[in-house]
Amino acid sequence: MLSRESLINILLAVLLLAVPLAANAYGEPFYVTLATRVAILALAATGLNLALGLGGLVSFGHAAFFGIGGYAAGILATHGFSGDPLFFGLSGTNQMPVIWLVAMVAAGLVGLLIGAISLRTSGVYFIMITLAFAQMVYYFAISWPAYGGEDGLSILVRNQFPGVNTMRPVNFFLICYVALMAALGLFVLIRSSRFGTALQAARQNEVRVATVGIAPYRIRLTAFALSAAMTGLAGALFADLNRFVSPSMLSWHMSGELIVLIILGGTGRLFGPLAGAALFVIFEYVLGGLTERWQFFLGLILLGTVLFARGGLLGLLAGKARHG
Amino acid sequence: MTFALALEQLLNGLQLGVMLFLMAAGLTLIFGVMGLINLAHGSLYMVGAFACAAVAAATGSFWLGLVASLACAAAAGAIIELLVIRRLYDREHLDQVLATFALILIFSEGTRWVFGSFPLYLDIPPLLQGAVALPGGAQYPVYRLAIIAAGALVALGLYVLIGKTRLGMRIRAGESDREMIGALGVDIRTLYTVVFALGAALAGLAGAMVGALQSVQVGMGEPVLILAFVVIVIGGIGSIKGALLGALLVGVVDTMGRLLLPQLLTLFFPPSQAGMIGAAAASMLIYVMMALILAVKPRGLFPAAHA
Repeated sequence: MLSRESLINILLAVLLLAVPLAANAYGEPFYVTLATRVAILALAATGLNLALGLGGLVSFGHAAFFGIGGYAAGILATHGFSGDPLFFGLSGTNQMPVIWLVAMVAAGLVGLLIGAISLRTSGVYFIMITLAFAQMVYYFAISWPAYGGEDGLSILVRNQFPGVNTMRPVNFFLICYVALMAALGLFVLIRSSRFGTALQAARQNEVRVATVGIAPYRIRLTAFALSAAMTGLAGALFADLNRFVSPSMLSWHMSGELIVLIILGGTGRLFGPLAGAALFVIFEYVLGGLTERWQFFLGLILLGTVLFARGGLLGLLAGKARHG
Repeated sequence: MTFALALEQLLNGLQLGVMLFLMAAGLTLIFGVMGLINLAHGSLYMVGAFACAAVAAATGSFWLGLVASLACAAAAGAIIELLVIRRLYDREHLDQVLATFALILIFSEGTRWVFGSFPLYLDIPPLLQGAVALPGGAQYPVYRLAIIAAGALVALGLYVLIGKTRLGMRIRAGESDREMIGALGVDIRTLYTVVFALGAALAGLAGAMVGALQSVQVGMGEPVLILAFVVIVIGGIGSIKGALLGALLVGVVDTMGRLLLPQLLTLFFPPSQAGMIGAAAASMLIYVMMALILAVKPRGLFPAAHA
């Protein structure tokens, strides 16, 4: 017998697939794009959920990894399009698998570096330091003119995936959907692995974990770098969705939004990021259609969620999480 | 580079530092006493700037505007403390971050609603217009010197308030043991509201003073907020002394870095590239400095003893 939460998770996964396919069949590509946005934001937030949900690491700087992934896609595609060599004689590319790999490695390495310094601290220091490092990357992107600086960088033609016409919105949606499901599968594997158990234990009681001979620092650093790589992949997809990269992907509002997605959905839950991303995009679309000032109401809703409905959407639908 | 230019930039750095201190002092006080991380502090800075600009435009007096900025920011601080913030003291930092992030969205869009999307402008009061000659021959605006002086006065005032008065004694007691001073009969809830309003007023004052140098617009508080975070992380969260020294350090290093790095790099690169690399490196300099300081002292330069 499946638990209520599992049923809701399956329902969410099916809905996210069915709605855009139906929209595509009825010739409504706009809703396909909306669903793609949900899938990509959910992927980014699932990356953050590895650090935040499992490890209890409140990173307020994940926009850095999202943006690095985006810029990796933008820069490789620009060089691939123009034919100018990148550096060390390497050429650009418009092949998504290569771009994804580069985006994940780049974001993961930067995550390793930022994590190595930030994880020496904890609590409120950690929040502020991750924020500050993300701002550092943001200001660098703004003041470095080679790739558009403040104006951002356009990707003229969406990058390619072998055997798939990525210019069709529904095809690109399916690519993002598969990426999201793969990430959720990886999340489940990690959560139940020895590594994931140690990570959750380090969140619950650091001293005990250290006492049984596991160094929390290394576990957390690994989780932080993995989390950064996953968010970086989402960034690369987001760049391809909009065919545009700009420093706004790196801004601290983006970091805040990623945390908001997790909280709206339900902290530490497998499908929390997806539920949150769906809710967020629907708010943005519905409220944004009603009033220009939709962020005002988003703020009120968010405030209400934090103060009075701490379990988020999944908490309301599926009851309390079984383990905290 | 001349001596005059260096001196001018050093003063600019001090002015930035003083302004950051006004922000950081409130943040660090609120964290030290209530254990709360307040992202909406930048919004209170914005409230101060808008109140000053609106009242100055209506009455023609910058000084009335300054009074209004203190009053409005303190009132806004007290109101959000009563309605929202006091529910967050016992919550984890994640909840505090999110709730105050939500407050930023509400404040920013609310301000846009009331004042529109166009920036307001605030004139420097006639008394402080003009410039004085610095040794070396450069002219330096009196207003910026006045900001430095005002910041020094506030620092002195805070020192007296916290070190020498009954309210300050309660604040210090609140920092070391909340339950105990509650048990001793101090009205801790009112104390928290007062501390929060005090921090808000300092942020509002900073916003109003800077409003006359830049345009007054929605979102103006956010870059300053993040710099103030860097300041209190460097200085040690909860320490006013750390906030003061951290603020001056960040202000001077940031300003001098923007002046010196591009010139330094001309030793290694052709001038056109040196300018570009130097500008990019200078914009990252204070974060690198923060990382280096934390690598040596993870709790900042002046860690508060208890936190």
